[in-house]
Order: sequence, then structure tokens, then C-alpha cells
Amino acid sequence: MERTPLLEVTDLKQYFKITRTYTTKAVDGISFKIYPGETYGLVGESGSGKSTTGRSIIRLYDPTSGSIKFDGKEIGKKLSKEDKAYLRMNMQMIFQDPMACLNPRMKVKEIIAEGLRIHKICKSEQEIDEKVNAILEKVGLSKEHATRFPHQFSGGQRQRIGIARALVMNPKLVIADEAISALDVSIQAQVVNLMKDIQQELGTTYLFIAHDLAMVKYISDRIGVLHLGHIVETGTTDEIFQDPIHPYTKSLLSAIPHPNPKVEKTRKALTYDKNKEGVDYTKGKIHHLSDTHYVLATDEEFAKWHG
Amino acid sequence: MSEKKDKKDRVLSIRDLDISFDTSNGVVKAIRGVRLDLFKGETIAIVGESGSGKSVTVKAIMGILASNGHIDNGSITFFDEGKAIDLVKMKPKDIRYNYCGKKIAMVFQDPMTSLDPTMTIGRQIMEPILEHLKVSHQEAKNRAMELLELVGIENPQKRFKQYPHQLSGGMRQRVVIAIALSCDPQILICDEPTTALDVTIQAKILELIKDIQYKKNISVIYITHDLGVVAKVADYVAVMYAGKIIEKGNIDEIFYDPRHPYTWGLLSSMPDVDTDSHRLFAIPGSCPNLLERVEGDAFAPRNPYALKIDFKVEPPIFDVGGQHRVASWLCHPNAPKVEMPEQLRKRIDKMLKEVRG
Repeated sequence: MERTPLLEVTDLKQYFKITRTYTTKAVDGISFKIYPGETYGLVGESGSGKSTTGRSIIRLYDPTSGSIKFDGKEIGKKLSKEDKAYLRMNMQMIFQDPMACLNPRMKVKEIIAEGLRIHKICKSEQEIDEKVNAILEKVGLSKEHATRFPHQFSGGQRQRIGIARALVMNPKLVIADEAISALDVSIQAQVVNLMKDIQQELGTTYLFIAHDLAMVKYISDRIGVLHLGHIVETGTTDEIFQDPIHPYTKSLLSAIPHPNPKVEKTRKALTYDKNKEGVDYTKGKIHHLSDTHYVLATDEEFAKWHG
Repeated sequence: MSEKKDKKDRVLSIRDLDISFDTSNGVVKAIRGVRLDLFKGETIAIVGESGSGKSVTVKAIMGILASNGHIDNGSITFFDEGKAIDLVKMKPKDIRYNYCGKKIAMVFQDPMTSLDPTMTIGRQIMEPILEHLKVSHQEAKNRAMELLELVGIENPQKRFKQYPHQLSGGMRQRVVIAIALSCDPQILICDEPTTALDVTIQAKILELIKDIQYKKNISVIYITHDLGVVAKVADYVAVMYAGKIIEKGNIDEIFYDPRHPYTWGLLSSMPDVDTDSHRLFAIPGSCPNLLERVEGDAFAPRNPYALKIDFKVEPPIFDVGGQHRVASWLCHPNAPKVEMPEQLRKRIDKMLKEVRG
């Protein structure tokens, strides 16, 4: 498979200095690749560093070390003006809380058109109108909605505006940071379907960050499991779900509730305590099970888990 | 299950409850004719989207409705040692003194906002004990320690003196549960107890609540939109939509034989780890605005199976056998026969096979 990855993250570290003596290692040396047109799901519990990863990639933070290659350009270091403009136009983000991420004092059209105006993509006001209306239609809203304010919409509709704002720039990569977690179940399904449709139509690549493994399964081609700043296991969706190796992955999988009362009533979720098992992620090496599937473990751990 | 129920005592019964809120845009009819019974030791789950009125229903039970809300009609009867008390007729103040926190306790969604950041864990647990049970300080303290142990917090001596910010999210929710249990309530209401928690911790908290319920033989009302949680804990399920219970029945009836198109939609829109389908089923549209008067069935505009009558007359509640009640015209004997969606049928068949096999 000779595909060039769209995004290549190598040994990314993101530390936050809390006090003079204490530093939080939010992301501690992770590497992964995302190929054009696919969806990479990043899962983990809160505090595992999944949102930090997304934010470092889109350069809301300055990474401590490591390299991020996006479309052949290095964007993990200090950015030149051209690279920054390129990054801002080709990578977009969808945020978790659709209420908090839309400016309540701007009309929908202005929210969506802000990026177009800043990067001077459109030549005339008419062109902006056309683009905004086209994208609104694509996300299932109508052009009458363009003159309204965010508070006049329901949660699901607001998230559609967030998606429209990201897609209007025609980005190569969209980072969806818990984009559906704040929505109702029936609305979640609508938004996930919308994201899938758009991917089929435009070939957009997604980095899908979530804690809900069942939803991730629906949308992702490949999954990375993140725990305490380390990717402990990664593989295609089937590999992760059919043949999980790492005990943390197993515990996450067992925590997914099944909508089957007779089975669910008696099922006990597996627990995983890193300290009790004596696992030290910094000592682990990457063990390949197949081209795409690998686990972070020491040799003994790998033998124990895999056997 | 049903023959056992006859012997059980009712602890709470809600009849024809109507609640509305005065807003600057007009009157919102949030609850329209809710009927529900809770038996001793039983777990009820109320399921629905946000805005369907599930939280409002339990807030009415607790007497903590927002100041612009009022109960227009109906009764909430609480059976306290053989006495029947109508909570609707009581003053909110009297409910607070005698029932709220003492006999009916509630666990809220976000443990960080329901705990006081300036008080130690110990004092917060002791507060309701001293207030309601009128015991000495030392007794209250001993009781608080027992409670901390009961909810699975290790080293209670040390935790007793700590503040909420020193605990993790899961630990905090355990403390909230300890406070709710402090006066030995008969009813525990859990309003989305695990939504703010991680998946791995979620399962543990649910197991804890179940365990305590078994030990103390209390009744639990869950409010949730997560059907996975419902499957894990509930004996009886009520599905709410736009302020009405549109389908209720015991857990097997709802999960293996749903009848209302909205329940079909909810069940099929839930992602399932076992299915290979590449498209999720989504219920089109969104919840109706309750400011406007609802003509006919509130779900009709989103319902692909809607009949003409659905847009005109509100469906009554049909008895479809067992404890199963459905508010849909599709269950009328003269209605055309409509089958549930193919995808859901397959999923249920698969689930049943899993149970037998």
C-alpha cells in the first residue's frame, strides 16, 4: 500500500508547565498517520489527552516536541506566515459544545463567512452569499436560516452550523472534537450520518475524537486508543473490536452498554488499573500484530496479553 | 414478575399530572397527563430526549419546580408507612421539611455542581443527618463514615476531611450518592447520574447503585437518555415524548417488543457494537415546540408511519397485554398492520438469539 499520509504525527509531546517544579505531560510521545479520505477515531477517557492532541495538531497549542507533517509540510515547529495561512485554510475543527462555540452576537451567515472573509477567498459579497447558502443546504439547513442568530436553533441544528463553518473552507482535514457528545441520541445519529455523507461527497478526512466507542465504531476506519498521553493500541476498527490486546482497550470495550437487557443485567464490566498491573507506558515498545494493528507493551506484557 | 408485583407495595403513584411553565413567550405545557406507579424495590427508568419533560416530572415529586412552573392538574401520591400523602396539595416548604432529602432523595447529573466546594465531604454528608434525624454530632459522624464505606470509598477517615476538588469525578458522584442515602430514603431519584462520567466509571457507579438498592430494598427512578444504561438497571421503562408517556412496559416488553414508532426510532438510532450496518437510523426532524398547542399526536410530523388520525386526535393509551401500554393509533384494532423497521427486527432477533444461545 503506497499511500502518502495526509497527516503524520511523530513522537508528539505536549507538556503544560503548572508550577516551577511540576509539569503535566498531557500527551507523551504519540505517533500516528491519517490517510486521505479516511476517518481516524481517537478514543480514551477524560484526561487521556485526546483533545490536547487535536488542539496541538491544529496548533492551538505549541507542541513541546515532535513533528506534525500535514500534506507534506512540517507544521509542528514555528510556522512561517505562508504555512500558517495554509494550515488555517486546510484544517478545520468542530467543537464539542454547539452552544459555546458560536458567537451569540453574530448571525449564522457571518459565522460561516468569517473564514472566507479573513482569507479573502471570495471576490464579491454575492459569491459569499452563494457559498454560504450552498453549504447550509449541504448540512440540511435552508438559506432562510442564514439571517438568524444561534440561539434560535436547537442543539442539533447548531452543531450543523458548526459543521458548515468548518466545511465552507473546503478543508482537507476536519478535527471533530467530541462533536456529537453534547447531542441527544436521535440527533447524534443525524449528525453522524451527515458527516459520513459529506465525506463520501467531498472526500474529507476526519480526525474523530470521542469517548463513546460505539459511535466511533460507526464512523471510523481506524482507531487509536489513548490512555494517559500514550497510544496504547491502534488498528483498523475490526481489529480493535474483534481482537483487542491491551487490557485498557478491553476494559473500554467491556464498558460499552449493550441495549440487550437480559445480557446487560448480568454483565460486569472489566476493570483496568495501570498501577495495580504494574504497567509503565514509558517502558513499552511497539509490538506489531499486523501492518495496521499494534500495541504498546514490554515484551513480557505482550506475551502475557497476547497469549 | 407480574404476579410478584401484586404482593409488592406501591410507594409512589402519579396520576394525570399536568405541569406548565409561564414564560415571556406564553405558557409551555411541559407535562401532559403523566401516569406512573412505583413499587417497593423496583427500578423505573424514564427515557426521552432533552425537553421531553423527564426532569420536570421528578422535580415535581421533589417539590423543587422552578418558580414559574405550576401543577395544573393531577396528583402525586406518596405512600408513607401505609399513609397516602398527596404531594401536590402540600406546600413546597412542608415537602422540604418532611420528605425531600429524607424519604425521597435525588442524585444529580454533575457531581461538581451538586457539592459545595467550601465544605468538607464529611460535613456535607452529616448535614442532612443532623437536619432530618435529630441525632447527636458523634452519631452523625459515625453514620457518615458508614455511608462512605457503603459507597465504596476507601480510607473514609482521610476522605472525611477532604474537599470535593480533591476527589475524582467518580469519587465525587459516590459522595453525592452517600449524601442521598444518608437518611435511608424510600425512593432514590437519579437524574442522569452517569452522563458526566467516563464510560469505565459509569459502569461502576451503576453497579454500586444497584448493589445498594438490593441491600436496602429501596425504589429507584432513573432519568436517562442512554438506552444502554436502561438495559442494565431498569425493571420497568417509561418512554416520554413532548411531555407525555408514549410507551411503558417492563424492560423485556420495551426492548424486545416495542410498539411505538418513536421507541423504534430510539432503539434503532442507538449505535450497536455488533451490527455491521454502515448507516445509523436517524429520527428525522426535532422535538416539537411545546409553546404551540399540539394538535393530535405530538410525534406525528416526525413519524413515517403516521396515520391521518394522528394529525387530528391525540391517541389514547392502548393496553397491548401484560404491563405494556402504548399511546399510538397504530395499536387500535382497526389500524393498518405496521411492522417495525427491518433493521430493528433483525437486531432484536439477534439479541434474543444471544439470550437463548
